[in-house]
Amino acid sequence: MWDYSEKVLELFYNPINQGTIDDPQEPDVAVVYGEVGSIACGDALRLHLKIQQSTDSILDARFQTFGCTSAIASSSALTEIIKGKTLDEALHITNQDIADFLGGLPEAKMHCSVMGQEALEAAIYKYRGIEVEHHEDDDGTLVCTCYGISEKKIRRAIAENRLTTVEQVTNYVKAGGGCGSCLADIEDILLDIQHSAESVKVAPTLTPEKEQSTQALPYPSTPLTNLQKITLIQQVIDTEVRPLLLADGGDVSLHDVEGDRVLVKLQGACGSCPSSTQTLKYAIEAKLKDLVLPSLIVEAI
Amino acid sequence: MVTYLDNNATTRTDPDVLAAMLPYLSELYGNPSSMHSFGGQVGAAIETAREQVASLLGAEPTEIIFNSCGSEGNNTAIHAALAAQPEKRHIITTAVEHPAILAVCKHLEKRGYQVTYLSVNSRGELDLMELEAAMTGGTALVTTMYANNETGVIFPVEQIGAIAQSYGATYHVDAVQAVGKVPINLATSPIDLLTLSGHKLHAPKGIGALYVRKGFRFRPFLLGGHQERGRRAGTHNVPGIVGLGKAAELAQIHLAHVQREAELRDMLEHGILTTIPDTVVNGGGAPRLPNTTNIGFKYIEGEAILFMLNREGICASSGSACTSGSLDPSHVLTAMGLPYTILHGSIRFSLSRYTTEAEIRQVLTVMPEIVERLRALSPFNNDQVEWLQERDLAVAT
Repeated sequence: MWDYSEKVLELFYNPINQGTIDDPQEPDVAVVYGEVGSIACGDALRLHLKIQQSTDSILDARFQTFGCTSAIASSSALTEIIKGKTLDEALHITNQDIADFLGGLPEAKMHCSVMGQEALEAAIYKYRGIEVEHHEDDDGTLVCTCYGISEKKIRRAIAENRLTTVEQVTNYVKAGGGCGSCLADIEDILLDIQHSAESVKVAPTLTPEKEQSTQALPYPSTPLTNLQKITLIQQVIDTEVRPLLLADGGDVSLHDVEGDRVLVKLQGACGSCPSSTQTLKYAIEAKLKDLVLPSLIVEAI
Repeated sequence: MVTYLDNNATTRTDPDVLAAMLPYLSELYGNPSSMHSFGGQVGAAIETAREQVASLLGAEPTEIIFNSCGSEGNNTAIHAALAAQPEKRHIITTAVEHPAILAVCKHLEKRGYQVTYLSVNSRGELDLMELEAAMTGGTALVTTMYANNETGVIFPVEQIGAIAQSYGATYHVDAVQAVGKVPINLATSPIDLLTLSGHKLHAPKGIGALYVRKGFRFRPFLLGGHQERGRRAGTHNVPGIVGLGKAAELAQIHLAHVQREAELRDMLEHGILTTIPDTVVNGGGAPRLPNTTNIGFKYIEGEAILFMLNREGICASSGSACTSGSLDPSHVLTAMGLPYTILHGSIRFSLSRYTTEAEIRQVLTVMPEIVERLRALSPFNNDQVEWLQERDLAVAT
């Protein structure tokens, strides 16, 4: 059970300003709504504004929310905060203002206040005719539940901004900025992206220059020189194989390459493991076949 | 007064169980591992409890290892199964297991194991053909639930076990939700390992047991002591063990009356489905535990429903989002391919032998108003289904 403030519970059990606003079709009055979130992600907010055009101010605000206790309370709070404000004043409202109005929110529920701030922005931008960029792929598996940030959004932010640290991800998309329980997941995503980039780099650097544009992973399409082959084998062993073995207390080193025979030395726990044949076949040979040459055979010395 | 309909989360400790435990929390405090008779008499109580648990399962007392909980049982079972056949590197489980299975499997994947996650259909049922197709000579372990904790859907464990056995794989069953609710006879079963947890059957929290079939090549998970014949180190939780034994004895008696729970559950389901539009029983078409129902209330969100119920003194559970600290919908309901309109608004009611008809009537009285209030707030109410369809969200992808 979340530890909600009394104000949150009061506005949840007795929400104010719920519903829609009918357009009165009066001069100097405009009705507009902005919406954020999705049913896929588990919460959504549609914020309705009644605007006096001559003063650029908010005459009335109402909401419709699909979401949890704090989402409903945050929506209610937002409508109270913005009524009577000019649009420019409203644009200065932050999610923290909403949380403060509620007497605070649990860290993991801060995204409900973020949703309110974003819906407000969406409504005002819509009224002013400003296009708000929306990425459909932001829907999907959430990584940061505090701020409702999906894995796809994080991956895009990393790629577009060439982010390299978890802290940067937090600064760019807020993911990880709440309870922090997703920081390890964000780090995994970063490592995965970095790893993918390295894998893509490995083969082309060993491929003749003229072939690079048509280079297709997982292994080079043109014959490798012996030196290229050995270098690539060593790289795959270092980046793909050894981390797995090290995690199990084992290790492996490249001893020699004779044609398609790759001679390796199993070390640590792998050296004495009764499953070393499986290790050679599935953990090492399969990787080398996938990433270097399909004809390679791995043997232990 | 509390109306407690969250018995798949935990159950009330039976007063008789508590009474059985009390001497071991006070005057009978000896350590059963001690050499003196003061401890020895405590050891006898442990063996009685072992017989009681074994009797409930149709097992032999020597096949029961006491431990701390279901998570420990599941972790131990997987560890033991892989240690028994170290040359095999393939595990088969299902997409709807408890995190105590799924998290271990994910961990093992990072250690080089291959894991197959069997899918379920929209009723939460497995396809045995899919299991058969996934089996190989390299499959070390098949691990499935007996019954799902969220929907109560029962898996065909005897058939699954027979398939696993034919490929030489170990079969482990996480029976945490099933023990005490359905008859289990391990004497004639292909199950090698079975997990149970005390607090799901009116014993206290912090006590569980693992059944290990006689002759199974078991390697202990917890090392460092000779307790449980060297199969689980750690000082015995004597009061817990005694309580689990008593709870097992009572559960065996209760099995004859479990139909009453099913009738109350059906009364709850029928009442909700007939008075509240746009509701559905998740897994309703499949064989289910007698005490569990999982109902989807379209267009509204689970935590909000729970808070409204909580104000009425009614305890239930939601696989959604906010209750579990995650905004992801339940992995079980997601695996069943349910629409988003249902995924986030599903509530689990789980009954026990203490549940009364008056409590069910109370839920049926308050529920329509709760749903109506929340649907009035929602942008996804009945009039705006097009809103979802425009965004292709009416059906989960």
